[in-house]
Amino acid sequence: MFSPDIVIAAVLNGLLTGAVYALVSVALTLVYGVLHIINFAHGAILTAAMFAAFFAHQAGIDPLLSVLFIAPAFFALGYAVQRWIIGPASHGDDRNILLVTLGLSIVIENVLLAAFRSDTRSIDVPYGFSVVDLGFVFLPMPRVIAFGVTCVVAALLWALLTRTDTGKAIRAVAKEKLGASLVGIDVTHIYAVTFGIGAACLAVAACVLLPSYYVNPRVGTAYVLVAFTVVVLGGMGSVPGAMIGGLLIGVVESLSGLYFGESLGQLGIFLIFILVLLVRPTGLFGARA
Amino acid sequence: MDEVLLSVRGLVAGYGQTQVLRGLDLDVAPGEIVAVLGSNGVGKTTLNKALSGVVRVGAGEIRFGGERIDALAPPAIVAAGLIHVPEGRRIFPDMSVQENLELGSFRRGKPNRAANLERVYATFPRLRERRGQSAGTLSGGEQQMLAIGRGMMGEPRLLILDEPSLGLSPLLVEEMFALIGRLNADGLAILLVEQNVMQSLAVATRAHVLENGRIVLSGTGAELAQNPDLEKAYLGM
Ligand SMILES: Nc1ncnc2c1ncn2[C@@H]1O[C@H](COP(=O)(O)OP(=O)(O)OP(=O)(O)O)[C@@H](O)[C@H]1O
Ligand SMILES: [Mg+2]
Repeated sequence: MFSPDIVIAAVLNGLLTGAVYALVSVALTLVYGVLHIINFAHGAILTAAMFAAFFAHQAGIDPLLSVLFIAPAFFALGYAVQRWIIGPASHGDDRNILLVTLGLSIVIENVLLAAFRSDTRSIDVPYGFSVVDLGFVFLPMPRVIAFGVTCVVAALLWALLTRTDTGKAIRAVAKEKLGASLVGIDVTHIYAVTFGIGAACLAVAACVLLPSYYVNPRVGTAYVLVAFTVVVLGGMGSVPGAMIGGLLIGVVESLSGLYFGESLGQLGIFLIFILVLLVRPTGLFGARA
Repeated sequence: MDEVLLSVRGLVAGYGQTQVLRGLDLDVAPGEIVAVLGSNGVGKTTLNKALSGVVRVGAGEIRFGGERIDALAPPAIVAAGLIHVPEGRRIFPDMSVQENLELGSFRRGKPNRAANLERVYATFPRLRERRGQSAGTLSGGEQQMLAIGRGMMGEPRLLILDEPSLGLSPLLVEEMFALIGRLNADGLAILLVEQNVMQSLAVATRAHVLENGRIVLSGTGAELAQNPDLEKAYLGM
C-alpha cells in the first residue's frame, strides 16, 4: 500500500492533467452537441494551435501571452472553416460533414508534416521547472497554470452559454433547429460560432500544454483519443459531463499509473469507461434515451 | 381591400422533386384573421414554411408590407415582423419557460423585452407560475401557450399559427380560439391553419381551402360555413 500523501499527490497530479483533457473534450462535445457531428479534425486543430504557440515562442512570446491572440485567431479560423468550407461542402448531410472534417484533418496534418517534418520540438519557459510546494507534494508550475487557465475558460464558457443571447441561441440550435430559425436565429452563423469556440478552446489547451509537453505533426491524436473517451463517458454533447469526465479520467489515469505501473496508466481509463457504460449507457450526464 | 399586409402570388414550393404548392394566391390585410383549411398533407405547413423562409420558394412572389420577402432567409423575415408559431410547438425543451420567451425577442422586439414579457405573462398567467420550469416538462397545452407567447415576444405584424389547437382538450380548444379572437381584437393580423373547421370559420374574417397545391375555395368565414362545396373539398371528392 502507498501512504496517503502519495495517493493524494497522485490525485492532485491527475486533476492537473485532467483539466487539459477536460478543455479538449469540452470543445469536442460542444461541437457534437450543436452541429451533431463528430469533428475528426479536432486533433489536427490542436496540433496546428500548438505549432502556432511554438512559433510565437520562437518569436519571443510566452504561450501564456500568445494565447491572447492565438485563441481569437483560432476562433476566427474555426468560424471561417465551418461557414465557408465544412458547411457548404457537406450540403447539410451529416455523413458528408464527417468526411469533410476527416479530409480536413488529413490536409492539416500533411501540410504540417511537409513543412516541419516529423521532428519533435519543445520549448523552454522560465517557469518550466518551477514547482508549487504544498508541503507534502510538489506540483509542476506549468500544469498548475494549465489547471487555473482551464478553470477560467470553463467559467467563461458557462457564463456565455447561460447568460448571453448568443449562448442561449447556441443551446437553442442544439436542441431545436427549426424553432431556432423561427425566432430569427441564424443557424448557419451559430454553427460557425460554435465551431469557432471549439477551435478557440483547443488553442487555449495548446498554449497551456506546450510548456510541459512537446509538439510534432501528430501530437493532437493522443489527446483526441482520450477526448473521445471523455465525451462518451460524460454523455455526448454534455458540457458539464466533459468537464467532470476530463478531470475523472485524469485522476483515474494517474491512480492506475500508481497502482499498476506507469505503462499501464491508460488501462484504468478503459476499465472505468467500460464500467460506466455498463451501468449508464448514455454516459454520466447524458440524457436518458 | 386597398391595403394588404401579406400578398402571395403564384407561389410554387416543395421538397426536392416533389411540388407541394402549385401556384397559390393569398392575401392578408392588416387586422384580419385569414384561415387556411385543407385535409392532411395538402401543404398547409409547407405554405407557412415557405412564408417564413424555411422552405425555399420555387417560383412566385411573396410580399410583406409591400416588400418582396420570397428570397430572404428566416432571420430577415422575422426581423420584418412575420412570425410563425410552428406546428408541434418547437419550443426549446431544456431551457426554462422564461429563457424560451426571451429568445422570442432574439431578432426583433429586444428593446421592449421586459414589457413584452410582462404582457405575455399577463396573457398566460400559467406561464408566469412556471417561468423557471424547464419547457420540456410542461403539459401539451402549456407548451402551446409557450409557443404562442414566444411568438408574441417578437412583436409580430403578422402571426402565423399552425394548428394551435392540435392535441388540446375540448375546453382548451375553446380557450385557444377565444385567445385568437382577443389577440386579433388588439389589432394583430393572424394567418390561421386549423383542423377545427367550424371554429376557425367562426373566428376568421376570410378563409381559403387548399387542395392539390392551390386555393380551391375562398370566402368570408360565414360564407364558407354555409357552402356545401366545403365538405366536398375537405373530403377530396
Ligand atoms: N421535409 C419534407 N420532405 C419531403 N416531403 C415533405 C416534407 N415535409 C412535408 N412533405 C410532404 O409535403 C406534403 C405536404 O405536407 P405539409 O406538412 O405541408 O401538409 P399539411 O397540410 O400541413 O398536413 P397536416 O394537416 O397533416 O399538418 C406532404 O405530402 C408531405 O409528405
Ligand atoms: Mg401541417
